[in-house]
Amino acid sequence: MSNSDSGTYVSYLDYEGKHKGLMGWLLTTDHKRIGLMYLYCVIVFFFVAAIIGELMRIELIAPGETIMKPQTYNGMFTIHGIIMIFVIVIPALPAIFGNFFLPILIGAKDVAFPKLNLFSFYLYLIGAIFGVLSQFIGGGAPDTGWTFYVPYSAESSTNVIYALVAAFILGFSSILTGLNFIVTIHRMRAPGMGWFRMPLFPWSLYATAWIQVLATPIVGITLLMVIAERVLKIGFFDPALGGDPVLYQHLFWIYSHPAVYIMILPAMGIVTEIFPTFSQKPVFGYTAILFSSLAIAFIGYFVWGHHMFTAGISYGSRWFFSFLTFLVAIPSAVKVFNWVSTMYGGSIDLKPPLLFAIFFIFLFMIGGFTGLTLGSVATDIQVHDTAFVVAHFHYIIFGGMGFATFAGIHYWFPKMFGRMYNNTLAYTSSIVLFIGFNMLYFPQFILGIQGMPRRYFDYLPQFQTGQVISTIGGFILFAGLLIMVGNLMWHARRGVQAPANPWNGVTLEWQIPSPPPHENFDEIPEITHAPYLFGTGSDNKTI
Amino acid sequence: MSTQAIHSERIESETGKLGMWIFLFTELFLFGGLFLVYAVFRAKYSADFHTGAQELNTFIGTLNTVFLLVSSMTAAMSLTAIQKDKKNLAIFLLAMTILLAALFGMNKYFEWSHKFEFRLYPGSEVLKNLPHGELLFFGLYFMMTGLHAIHVLIGMILLSINIFKIKNGEVSSTHYLHLENSALYWHLVDLIWIFLFPLLYLIT
Repeated sequence: MSNSDSGTYVSYLDYEGKHKGLMGWLLTTDHKRIGLMYLYCVIVFFFVAAIIGELMRIELIAPGETIMKPQTYNGMFTIHGIIMIFVIVIPALPAIFGNFFLPILIGAKDVAFPKLNLFSFYLYLIGAIFGVLSQFIGGGAPDTGWTFYVPYSAESSTNVIYALVAAFILGFSSILTGLNFIVTIHRMRAPGMGWFRMPLFPWSLYATAWIQVLATPIVGITLLMVIAERVLKIGFFDPALGGDPVLYQHLFWIYSHPAVYIMILPAMGIVTEIFPTFSQKPVFGYTAILFSSLAIAFIGYFVWGHHMFTAGISYGSRWFFSFLTFLVAIPSAVKVFNWVSTMYGGSIDLKPPLLFAIFFIFLFMIGGFTGLTLGSVATDIQVHDTAFVVAHFHYIIFGGMGFATFAGIHYWFPKMFGRMYNNTLAYTSSIVLFIGFNMLYFPQFILGIQGMPRRYFDYLPQFQTGQVISTIGGFILFAGLLIMVGNLMWHARRGVQAPANPWNGVTLEWQIPSPPPHENFDEIPEITHAPYLFGTGSDNKTI
Repeated sequence: MSTQAIHSERIESETGKLGMWIFLFTELFLFGGLFLVYAVFRAKYSADFHTGAQELNTFIGTLNTVFLLVSSMTAAMSLTAIQKDKKNLAIFLLAMTILLAALFGMNKYFEWSHKFEFRLYPGSEVLKNLPHGELLFFGLYFMMTGLHAIHVLIGMILLSINIFKIKNGEVSSTHYLHLENSALYWHLVDLIWIFLFPLLYLIT
C-alpha cells in the first residue's frame, strides 16, 4: 500500500463523522484524534513548565537575588515539578503514543472503551488547568515542592489545595487510561496475535497500565487525606495532632516511585520499536525484553523506601529497600544489552529517530548508574537532597523519557501526519538538545557532590562556575527544543507527503496508509507470525 | 437475532465486565490506603481507639449493616429477574435496593448529626482536647464513612439510571451489562462496609 491510492480512502484527519470541524475533534472518540489532542496539550504545558525551569536557571546564574524573590522561586520549582510530573511525563507517553498506536499495533479499530477514553482526556485537561491555575490565583503559588510533604503542606498558606486537586484529577484520568489499555490488550488483539506475537511497545504499555491502575489509587487517597488535614484539621500526618509525617512519605512514595516506571516503561517500549526498524533486524531477546518490562513493573512496587533513607526509617528497612533498588537495575540493564545487541550486525540506518534513541541509551545509562549511587544507603546519605539528585532524575526523566519521546515523535511523525519533516533540522535539533542537556545537568552532579543543596534559591560563591555552565546549557537546550518543535509543526502540514512505510518497518502501523484511515483497518488483519521479521522474504511483510 | 450478533454481544459484555472489575480493584486500593492508615494508628493508639469506638452507636451500625446486606441481595435478585425477562419485578427490586440505601443514608445522617451535637466533628474544640488517638479515631471515622457515603450516593444514582434503562428497553434480558456492572459496584459498597463496621463499631 502506498500513498498513491490516497484518493480512495479518507484519513482520520479528514474524516467527518457525526460532528464536523472543531466539534469533530472535541467530541471525537477516535483514539488517534484523542492521541493528537493529548499531544497538543502536552506541548503547551511542556513549554509553560520549561519556561518556568529556564527562569529558575536564570535566577541561579549568580548568587543572591537575580530576578526573583525566594518565595517566588519556591513557587516556581513547585509548579515546574507539578506540571512536569503530573501533567507531562506521567500521562504523556501512554496518552499520546499509547492512544495513537496501541490499537493499530495490535490490529484493532479502536480502544475497548472509546467514550471512556475521551472522558479521560477531559479529566486530564481539567486537572492540568487546575495545576496551572494554582500558580496564579488566591494565596500565591504553592511552595511545598511537587511532593507535598506534610506537615508543611498542611500549613502553607499558599494554593496547595488547587495543586492537590489537580494531582487527584490527573491521577483519576491516568487510572481510566490504564484500565482502558489493559482491557484493550486483553480483548482486542487481532486474530492470531497471541500474547507472544504482540509487539513490544504494547507490552510495555501493558506493564505500565497495571502500575497506573494499582498504584494511583494510593496517591489518590493520600492526597485526599492531605486535603482533609488542611480543611478539616484531622491530623493524619501532623505530629502535633498525633499523626505521623513519615507515614505520609510512605504512602506518597508507594505511588510515586512506581510512577517513575509509568514514565520510563513506555519510553523503553518506544525505543524497542525503533532499534529493530533502523537495524532491519529482529529485536534481540524478545522474551527477555518482555519479561524485563514486567519485572521492572513488579519490583518497582517495592523500592519506594529508597526515597526515605534519611527520614528515620529502621536499619532493616534501609538495607531491604537498598537491596531491592539494586535488583531493579538488572531488568533495566537487560533491556540496554538487548537494544545494543539488536543493532549488532544489523544494517544500521542512522535516521533521526535512531539517533535520538541512541542518545536515550547514553543518557538513561548515566541516570541509571547515578541511581545506584542514590540507592546505596551510605552514598545516599552524602548526596541526599543535593543537586546530585536533581541531575539524576533529570537524566532519567528528561534524558530517558524525554529523549525517547523525541525519538518516538520522529519515528511515528510520518504515520501520524502523513508528512515528512526536514531531516537536516531534525539532526541539528537532536545534537543541540544532546549538547544542551548534558551542559545543563552534568555540572549538577558535581555541584551536588560538592554540597550544593537542591531547591535553594541562593548558593555560596564557589558553586558559581557550575551554575553558569548549567544555565548556558539550559539556553542551548531550549534552542534545541524550539528547532525541533518548529521543524515538526511546520512540516506537519507543509512537509513532503510521506509514504505508507518510510522506514521499511514491519509492525502493523506500517502496513496501513499514512495517515491511517478512520478505523485503521478495512479488514482486521490475520496475524501469522511473530513481530519483527525482516528480510526473510516479502511474504512476512504483508498481511 | 443471528448467532453472529449474539456472539458479539457476549464479547462486548465480557469486555465491559473486565473493565468494571479492574475499576473495582482500584476502588479497593483507594480504601486500602485508609485501611493502612487505620492499621498504623490502631497499633499505635489501641486504648484510645477502644474509647473512641464506645462513642459509636452499635445498634445503628448493625441496623445499617442489615440494610446494606439485604440491599445487595435485592440488587442481585434484580439482575436475575431481568435475565428471566421479568421487567416489573426487576424494577421493583431495584426500587427496594434504592430504598434500603436511602434508609442507610438516613441513619448515617442521624448518626453524624448526633456527633455534631456533642461537637465531635473534625476541627472542633472538643475534639482537639481529646487524646491524640481518639482524635485520629474520629478523623478516620468521618473520613472513612464519609468516603463510603459518597460511594453509596454514586451507587444509588447508578441503580436509579437502570430503572429508566429497563423502562425504555436499553436494559433487557439480552442486554444487561449496565445493570450487572451497577450491581457489581453496589456489592463493592457493601463489601467495604462489611470491613468498616467491625473496625469502627465493634472494637470496644
